[in-house]
Amino acid sequence: MSALLEIRNLSARVDDKMILRGVDLTVNAGEVHAIMGPNGSGKSTLAQVLAGREAFTVESGQVRYDGRDLLALSPEERAREGVFLAFQYPVEIPGVGNVYLLKAALNAIRRHRGLPELDAMEFLALARSRMKAMDMRDELLYRPVNEGFSGGEKKRNEILQLALLEPRLAILDETDSGLDIDALQIVANGINALRSPERAMILVTHYQRLLDYVVPDFVHVLSHGRIVKSGGKELAQELERRGYGWLEADADAAAAQVPR
Amino acid sequence: MSSSATNLDDLISREYRHGFVSDVAADALPRGLSEDVVRMISAKKNEPPFMLEWRLAAYRHWRTMTEPNWSSVHHPPIDYQDIIYYSAPKSRGTRPASLDDVDPELLRVYEKLGVPLKEREMLAGVAVDAVFDSVSVGTTFKAKLAELGIVFCSFSEAVQEHPELVQKYLGSVVPSTDNFFAALNSAVFSDGSFCYIPPGVRCPMELSTYFRINAKDTGQFERTLIVADEGAYVSYLEGCTAPMRDENQLHAAVVELVALERAHIKYSTVQNWYPGDKEGRGGIYNFVTKRGDCRGNDSHISWTQVETGSAITWKYPSCILRGDNTVGEFYSVALTNHFQQADTGTKMIHIGRNTKSTIVSKGISAGRGQNAYRGLVKILKSADGARNYSQCDSLLLGDRCGAHTFPYIEVKNATAKVEHEASTSRIGEDQLFYCRQRGLSTEDAVSMIVNGFCREVFKELPMEFAVEAQKLLGVSLEGSVG
Repeated sequence: MSALLEIRNLSARVDDKMILRGVDLTVNAGEVHAIMGPNGSGKSTLAQVLAGREAFTVESGQVRYDGRDLLALSPEERAREGVFLAFQYPVEIPGVGNVYLLKAALNAIRRHRGLPELDAMEFLALARSRMKAMDMRDELLYRPVNEGFSGGEKKRNEILQLALLEPRLAILDETDSGLDIDALQIVANGINALRSPERAMILVTHYQRLLDYVVPDFVHVLSHGRIVKSGGKELAQELERRGYGWLEADADAAAAQVPR
Repeated sequence: MSSSATNLDDLISREYRHGFVSDVAADALPRGLSEDVVRMISAKKNEPPFMLEWRLAAYRHWRTMTEPNWSSVHHPPIDYQDIIYYSAPKSRGTRPASLDDVDPELLRVYEKLGVPLKEREMLAGVAVDAVFDSVSVGTTFKAKLAELGIVFCSFSEAVQEHPELVQKYLGSVVPSTDNFFAALNSAVFSDGSFCYIPPGVRCPMELSTYFRINAKDTGQFERTLIVADEGAYVSYLEGCTAPMRDENQLHAAVVELVALERAHIKYSTVQNWYPGDKEGRGGIYNFVTKRGDCRGNDSHISWTQVETGSAITWKYPSCILRGDNTVGEFYSVALTNHFQQADTGTKMIHIGRNTKSTIVSKGISAGRGQNAYRGLVKILKSADGARNYSQCDSLLLGDRCGAHTFPYIEVKNATAKVEHEASTSRIGEDQLFYCRQRGLSTEDAVSMIVNGFCREVFKELPMEFAVEAQKLLGVSLEGSVG
């Protein structure tokens, strides 16, 4: 069986600034990968490039998703094919009810998959049951998307979308940042409940603490736009103890050896 | 960025969907305007002498006036002698007795537009008085309304059957000398709608008129007069579409609303006339005077408009808050795409004590569209305790369009409270990407974001209209983000 996601030598820049410098990563269905690294290492860029953010230009490399060329697809096609990005900074959309966006998104994806669209009643029943699991108040359905949501509510709203849209590849970009310990627990429970043999997850995180609750199968360290170390869950604990400095030094040394 | 820009260009360049010409034999006067033309119009309509005199007075005054040039719209000069001032679709006999007598081609036109003219096709509770070019061709639910004493008919019919009401109220809100376009309309208006709600009656259904410009080079001069007697309530809907034309067509309508004591009039418009092509050729010039008079104490007039069509929109639905404790409201969405220009807003004239007005204006500019809000809040010396709240928001899509706000505030009473808020924003790349990452197309995402921006206005529209307005916004906007 081929991998769900295969990233080969991926390089990307924003304006003139190279951010990703040859990322290699293979993710199989059912696996949870954590991508860690210091600020500015390119973690969020990787997440956004995979989701199709047009502000980034892919310089070289390939990304195969489910056997297809992911980079050839528009952001909405990727979403409909099952690639989901939980945003680090969920965007506010004034005047648009959260329930409206959620339903439009779910039905766009269902249409793409050849499934019948859900009507308002069916959708509400589904949304309410998922919200209960996220310990979210019904009221958040009727508020404008992310407007006036607390930091924790925004992140929970992202996980709610994840739960509703049932993607095959979920990329969570610093979903743990800005959460207090209770909210982190709730979000982590939500993520754990969504682990399944068909679904792969990539957790982008700066800190180890999310990984206390969501135990990854693999941990990768991104530094200067390249994965410099990979390992099991124990790597995260090592990073917690030692920081990123020792890896950065290695990465710099490695970079110096690359022939020009 | 590049692929979304391409999509947006595709969307912006979407052609107007209602652009077809129906082949209906028209009974038209020759081009040009003179006293004789005014007399002929009045004679064709078999009007009583007071109407002819009124038209002639308007015409004579109009000849002394010049076109206003204070707004921020630009267009080549209009040759008023090159316009056909009267055109009526022919039908068997002088007037269709029922829908069966209406030219089937005409009915097909409405069907294409989705106007539910036939009763069986109608949404429950909506009565349509359809105006095709200049003459009303069918009125539904009239009998049911008549039971309540409600008069809802074409203006011509009202002149014949209720001349005393017409004479009493016509021009009492917008005098024939009010402005250049209102004077022109008063001289040559061919038809329109008339509505009278007797004291204490709550009109049980939304009254609706669809206007449509059809014959080539025909200026359309509609006149609408709505009178809500003491304690009456009416909600009136006006929807407009027009087929595609290469030359600009003039539309100069007048709408007068009279609310007597404790009466409440809600007037909603969805205007989707041909906006011109993407190069800015053709399109309707929409120069409209709309004004409501809260004549009696405790009366209430509310204007809601969604303006997506026309090459040029020039209209300021206004409220004269004459009675004490009267309420005036103006909710507006104006969208300009391609080379469209809109100069729209309202006037709230506070005369009575404890009068209240609310203005919510949402301007959306895309393509090379220019969108201006122009509003006047005037608190007279007599208006103790007057209150106004105004909110003007502009949304820009792309970097070649413009938004302008011209709020005028005149306060002559120290007890007044006037608030004005304004904002200008762009659809963010972040918002678009967020929606697309959830599976929505760029088109759906833009439509959703813009609809969200307009929500405060749309919630004022009656349900069916709100749905139509949202779709329309999606269609006419379809586009453009920077």
